[in-house]
Amino acid sequence: MEAVASMAFQVPDMTPALPEIFVLTMACIILVVDVFLPERRRALTYLLSLATLAGAGILTLALHEAEPRVTFGGSFVADTMADVLKVFIYLVVATVFVYSRRYLAERGLFRGEFFTLGLFAVLGMMVMVSARSLLTLYLGLELLSLSLYAMVALQRDSARAAEAAMKYFVLGALASGILLYGMSVLYGVAGTLDLAELGAQLSGPAARDPALVYATVFVLVGLGFKLGAVPFHMWVPDIYHGSATAVTVFIGTAPKMAGFALLIRLLAEGMQGLHVHWGQLLIVLAVLSMAVGNVVAIAQRNLKRMLAYSAIAHAGYLLLGIVTGSAEGYAASMFYVIVYAIMSLGAFGMILLLSRQGFEADHLEDFKGLNERSPWLAFIMAVLMFSMAGIPPFLGFWAKFTVLQAVVRAELVWLAVVGVVFAIVGAYYYLRVVKLMYFDRPQGSAPLPAGGEARFLVSVNGLAVLLLGIYPTGLMALCAGSFAAGG
Amino acid sequence: MSAEQAIFYFFSAVLVGAGAAVVTVRNPVHAALFLVLAFFTSAALWLLLEAEFLAVTLVLVYVGAVMVLFLFVVMMLDINLVPLREGFIRYLPVGVVVAVLMFVEMALVVGSSYFGLERFGSPPRHPADYSNTKELGGVLYTEYVYPFEIAAAVLVVAIIAAIALTLRRRPDSKRQDPARQVRVRREGRVRLVSLPAARRPAQGEGSSES
Repeated sequence: MEAVASMAFQVPDMTPALPEIFVLTMACIILVVDVFLPERRRALTYLLSLATLAGAGILTLALHEAEPRVTFGGSFVADTMADVLKVFIYLVVATVFVYSRRYLAERGLFRGEFFTLGLFAVLGMMVMVSARSLLTLYLGLELLSLSLYAMVALQRDSARAAEAAMKYFVLGALASGILLYGMSVLYGVAGTLDLAELGAQLSGPAARDPALVYATVFVLVGLGFKLGAVPFHMWVPDIYHGSATAVTVFIGTAPKMAGFALLIRLLAEGMQGLHVHWGQLLIVLAVLSMAVGNVVAIAQRNLKRMLAYSAIAHAGYLLLGIVTGSAEGYAASMFYVIVYAIMSLGAFGMILLLSRQGFEADHLEDFKGLNERSPWLAFIMAVLMFSMAGIPPFLGFWAKFTVLQAVVRAELVWLAVVGVVFAIVGAYYYLRVVKLMYFDRPQGSAPLPAGGEARFLVSVNGLAVLLLGIYPTGLMALCAGSFAAGG
Repeated sequence: MSAEQAIFYFFSAVLVGAGAAVVTVRNPVHAALFLVLAFFTSAALWLLLEAEFLAVTLVLVYVGAVMVLFLFVVMMLDINLVPLREGFIRYLPVGVVVAVLMFVEMALVVGSSYFGLERFGSPPRHPADYSNTKELGGVLYTEYVYPFEIAAAVLVVAIIAAIALTLRRRPDSKRQDPARQVRVRREGRVRLVSLPAARRPAQGEGSSES
């Protein structure tokens, strides 16, 4: 493409980006509609947001083609991986909205901004997932991050939420700066922002340039911060704990899938030639994350903090698949991140479901004797915990299995052994929740909230973990298909 | 050393010095002023790169608007610097070690051996009638329309966040509503009460009707 192309410019084909355009338009419409709504009609905002996600899902599925479609001068791509991840992002975010409705209403947070910021965050994730240039990748990341910072801070009366928002903002800005610096060195060496061109230029002997090693380090530090991998994990527990649970569940699920796309687009597509460098660094991050996440989670008394450390540990397993640098490993990581998003959605959804006005069910003690109070919810929670621990036949087992299989195929057997050892360590704190629910006496006798549609969805969520665990091949094939064409 | 290099080194030195001063001076107003200096010098560096549109925008937008607003805010806030400086000495050794390590690493890599003129020649000079503004305008809304629109969405999010975090409806606060003021009728405000006439007291000094 010539820089002086104003004369010969052709209007880009916008159809592949229709889902993005739809979400942006609807987010702006909802923003304006919400301003004119009286307080008692706020549910309309909520319903419009769900409709937007459903519409985007229909558009994405209708426009899906096996061949990747590149548009906007090469800065946008809609391929199978992007479409699969987008559909799961819509599903997860829509579920988050349903789960959080009652929780938000009881705390005076059921405001239009939660939903508009949520939709802008979805747009940011879509842009990241479909990015094909360093510029769009970074802008998508910023759109997502800014929306998340604001969502954390929305709970203005809580000092803890304000502290969490501040920490998230400062550390997130630092991470963005570091990532951007690494990207700028990449651009300085390769002279292009296009990820495909970057991948072509950085392969072969050119990859030995020390400036590229230097850029890789900065990029990885930035990615490590964003993913919450050890040693860049310090912010994760405080932000998970400090935010309102409805925001925690938002942060802890869908953005992980966008983070995976960030890794794939940047490392696998743009810097595949530098795999020798980033592979080794990622091994260190992965091992540390699995170790610190799983061991420190044992000491937590607060379920949100425990799930935060569990998120750190899961980030380690996610990195294991990327470490291999093979299409099989990437597909395994993609399967892992989707499974993780579904599982943590259920676990946080359970906290939201059991919380009521003025009471947060986020302590381990709150789950004592849940079986006596509600055998069904205790069963669903047990399924989710077994799955997170990686026990067959639940979905979490297959996620760990495929990742470890890819690692063994890449002849890193010791790494797989480390992964299994820390998975066993991690099983302790997941099973402790099950023990508390089934073998301890309940502490309070307050009746459980009715739940309504959220209770139904949590049940569907838990059963999906069970049923997909028995028939995991469909989802696995979907992930493998995303990298089959040579991604 | 050519004149261009001399100008570059001069402005770079001022820029680095101003940048260091922003984070080290005690007075926040001085820090903001040093930031203005940093913006001016980076604008000069952009002029050297023939990016005059960016240079002018940096001065107009950042120095002219953003920093002026920022200075107002800094002057109005009563910032207590003592708690901000707590632990400065305690963390200084670690900070210095990390900073020196980073600096040496960066100097080794971003030096002339990898980014020197031999590897990246100086960009071609453009003729005098070349307009950087026109070139930018040509690609901003065509080639880069997608990133441009996302940047717009980022700004919308910033506005939503700023309003959502600061706008509070205070029912007890007194405020004017011009529409209601205009709509006021005489009947709504003035009430004529007919009181029966009362005979004045004999001394007749104070009026008892109220």
